[in-house]
Amino acid sequence: MSRAIAKVNDLSWMTGGPQGSGVDSSANIFAGACVLGGLWTFGLREYYSSIKGPHSYFEVRVNSDKIRSHVNNVDVLATFDAETLIRHAEEVAPGGGILYDPTFSNIEIDKVESIETPVVLRIKARLAKQNLPGNVTGILEEAKRRGVNLYPIPYNDIIAKTAAQIGEHQLSKLSRIVNVLSVSASFAILGFNENFLNQSIGRAFAGKKKVVEMNEIGAKLAYDAAKSQLKQPFPFQLHPIQNQPRLLLMGVEAIALGKLVGGCRVQTYYPITPAADESEFLESHGNFDISGGNNPGQKGSILVTQTEDEIAAITMATGAALTGARAATSTSGPGFSLMVEGLGWAGMNEVPLVITHYQRGGPATGQPTRHEQGDLKFILSAAHGEFPRIVLCSGDMEESFYDAIRIFNYAERFQMPSIHLIDKGLANNSMTISPPKADLVPIQRGKLIQGDHLGNGNGEPYRRFAFTEDGVSPRAVLGMPGYRFWNTGDEHDEMGHIEEDPDNRVKMMTKRMTKLDTAAKEIPEDEKFNFFAPSKKQADVTIVSWGSTKGPILDAMKLLEKDGIGVEFLQIRLVSPFPTETVKQKLARAKLVIGIEQNYSGQMAAVIAEKTMIDVKNKIVKFNGRPMSQDEIYQSVKQVISNPAQNRRVVLTHGA
Amino acid sequence: MALKLTDLKTDVHNDWCPGCGDFGIEASLKMALTEMPVDINKVALFSGIGCSSKLVHFTNAFGIHTLHGRVLGYAQGAKLANPDLEVIAVGGDGDGLGIGVGHFVHAGRRNIDMAYIIHDNGVYGLTKGQASPTLHLGMQTKSLPEPNINSNINPLMLALASGFTFIARSYAYNTRHLKEMIKKAVAHKGFALIDALQPCPTYNDINTKEWYGGEDRIDPATKRPMARTYDLEGTEYNGRITADMSGDEVDKNLLQVIEKSREWGDKIPIGVFYQNETVPIYGERINERNPSYLKEPPARQQLAKNDGKSVVNLDNLSKGLLFESLVLAQ
Repeated sequence: MSRAIAKVNDLSWMTGGPQGSGVDSSANIFAGACVLGGLWTFGLREYYSSIKGPHSYFEVRVNSDKIRSHVNNVDVLATFDAETLIRHAEEVAPGGGILYDPTFSNIEIDKVESIETPVVLRIKARLAKQNLPGNVTGILEEAKRRGVNLYPIPYNDIIAKTAAQIGEHQLSKLSRIVNVLSVSASFAILGFNENFLNQSIGRAFAGKKKVVEMNEIGAKLAYDAAKSQLKQPFPFQLHPIQNQPRLLLMGVEAIALGKLVGGCRVQTYYPITPAADESEFLESHGNFDISGGNNPGQKGSILVTQTEDEIAAITMATGAALTGARAATSTSGPGFSLMVEGLGWAGMNEVPLVITHYQRGGPATGQPTRHEQGDLKFILSAAHGEFPRIVLCSGDMEESFYDAIRIFNYAERFQMPSIHLIDKGLANNSMTISPPKADLVPIQRGKLIQGDHLGNGNGEPYRRFAFTEDGVSPRAVLGMPGYRFWNTGDEHDEMGHIEEDPDNRVKMMTKRMTKLDTAAKEIPEDEKFNFFAPSKKQADVTIVSWGSTKGPILDAMKLLEKDGIGVEFLQIRLVSPFPTETVKQKLARAKLVIGIEQNYSGQMAAVIAEKTMIDVKNKIVKFNGRPMSQDEIYQSVKQVISNPAQNRRVVLTHGA
Repeated sequence: MALKLTDLKTDVHNDWCPGCGDFGIEASLKMALTEMPVDINKVALFSGIGCSSKLVHFTNAFGIHTLHGRVLGYAQGAKLANPDLEVIAVGGDGDGLGIGVGHFVHAGRRNIDMAYIIHDNGVYGLTKGQASPTLHLGMQTKSLPEPNINSNINPLMLALASGFTFIARSYAYNTRHLKEMIKKAVAHKGFALIDALQPCPTYNDINTKEWYGGEDRIDPATKRPMARTYDLEGTEYNGRITADMSGDEVDKNLLQVIEKSREWGDKIPIGVFYQNETVPIYGERINERNPSYLKEPPARQQLAKNDGKSVVNLDNLSKGLLFESLVLAQ
């Protein structure tokens, strides 16, 4: 069999293991080494709602160009437990490789308790069909027959040798380095210089000298052990390239950075997956350097407060916003359900409150750690009564960063609760990006009265809810002399006092709702949507989507274009106010429109129908809790194109 | 210019029932504001939902009338973002001890420097007289179809258990006393609760003004009613905890608070039940983490330069996420 090198700097690597065993850190160390070598990465992180034990896995795709999604196939599966091997061996493509502990070969599949019975039965049936035993040996043999390379790594021997070298007699203390051993062995077969790994280890365990030392020694031994097994070069190779400095980060971190740059100075939260990571990042970066301020040497700080529940989180953030501080709360589906009354109050009192909402699988507790875009219609209509709100959806890391700044600008300029809508995939996936710019989006505070004013000047009392043409009233904050005001959840007059007069009601409702028209007029088009044009004049297919499907759609578009299919992609970012005219115009002239969404019913398609009367007839949806891959979109779009009438709704199911 | 009572009046029509205890609380609060060394421009009143919570509209100070049970969320958020504000929260017993009791408990844990007055009349007035959490078991006020089936919450004991550092009780028609309690609560460094007992002339026909005033109990000697409330001031009671006390002394005083808070019926103590200034306030705890917090709190931080560009140094902030590509010696 020819084993020519197939691919340089283009592969998908996966690791897995019991939750809490260092799966995340090994993936981050792997990705970090790749980025230090100038390469680009995209990381897919999948985990259970549990602290220790259940299986989690992390897929890192590496490329010499920027990539935005994961793929279906795994080229290198680096395992250090039997379960990862049993669950994922099937995903390894011919020509790929599996690294495993040779002592696992006799483990029976049905003896691994953490694998769910349906999965056990499915795998055993698959092996039985091929006359293979229902154990790890069977799994390995199956992979071998498919042309997968097997690399047994004697982890226990390596750990014992490492222990001897550092003079540690308790082997159990060293067992946790096994994840790094698997990373190092991977780099050995990939022909990637071990110095990158050592640098990455040094960063990951910065300040822990002893941990760095034991990992480095173990890594060296694992590297040599794997290398000695290479009879021929492995078909996938990684070569370092020169590159600019880049960030390796998760969506929650991109948003947290954007929030701080955008002036967020109060964040309240109640712990919830996957939103809480953002608040923790903010808290651990609570004091930061500022430059160009009026007081040299001054530091900035953000107050992060963990509240007793999400009702307290939204009401506290709203109270903070009334003082002029930029304030936000961050949550996920169940938390937002609780916040709804506070949302209505902020709408009624025109408070510039920002909510970062991370969608996860619903309803109820749903799939707490899994991906979904199922909250769009809820977010658009949450709370009783009618009031305006901004809803902005980001599609990737860079957008998340800049939108996290913009959402505060919108909130203050249009004086309404503003929701930054994210999803679990974007929150937890990691990606290499060029550093965003702190000054690309200036801070705009709208009609906020600033500075030390003593009174209105004209002898008239200040009216917080003064009727204006654009619906937006000059906004004073608590404690501002001469600008006394009142707020109430009741319908109110211009002063903010309760008023049930029908004429006032009509004027006040109209004032509030007018602000949405103002926002629609003032927000630039390129902040409302992205449009990716096809390479040929007339597209064969028009994809309409929103949120983190942006990444795999853009990556799949390249493949489709290579096949000669003209694809254009309308990514809707601002859902309230909705860019009705643009969407209408783009979709009306389209040959074939496909709505791609990570929910059951096609919620954006429903919004499009409501706003434009255009029926998105073809949909690709996914609701198994796992994000879409580049390959899934590529294949399903082709499937729809091949026969649109027979493929009105394609349901994607990839992912473990 | 000294603040006068008339300065605190608004044009808003007051729609409380004649004889409502809310009037006494409003008057006491306004008197306290005129007598305290506070800048009225820095005073922010927050209220929940219910008759009592309309108080903010009748008072000429920043007034935030929030949601049922949520007054403490809004009030604490404002105080945290701008510690210069003098934040005073008001609300009913149903608001604070029914729907909002979770927030009540956790506010105690934080010990934010603010005051909270509960209008405590045992009923939900605006919804026509249902039993509130402070109505005692078995009592049947006017509009209840059956006697109250639940036991009552003791707000003072709950406050103690939750970590409030100032706990007082007063009576709406003893405005002089209530005014003094408000002044003490505002001056207290930490979270201060005043349980303000008040009659509801429309729905609570048991704990009436006459009942509190003891008109059913005529002193045979003086032929005058014997009021049920009595002032702790002037008795031997001392609910203060100070830094120099031993653990045993602290325990002794805490037990005393519990004991005193259980007195009810013919003798109802009013006054300061508990005051403890040895617990650090939340703002100080934050300042330990964010040393610039008190000097430059969230509401006062400069966010942008004159050209609108953010002042945040993103390079330093994102240092931990930045990877420079490594040059290897060949």
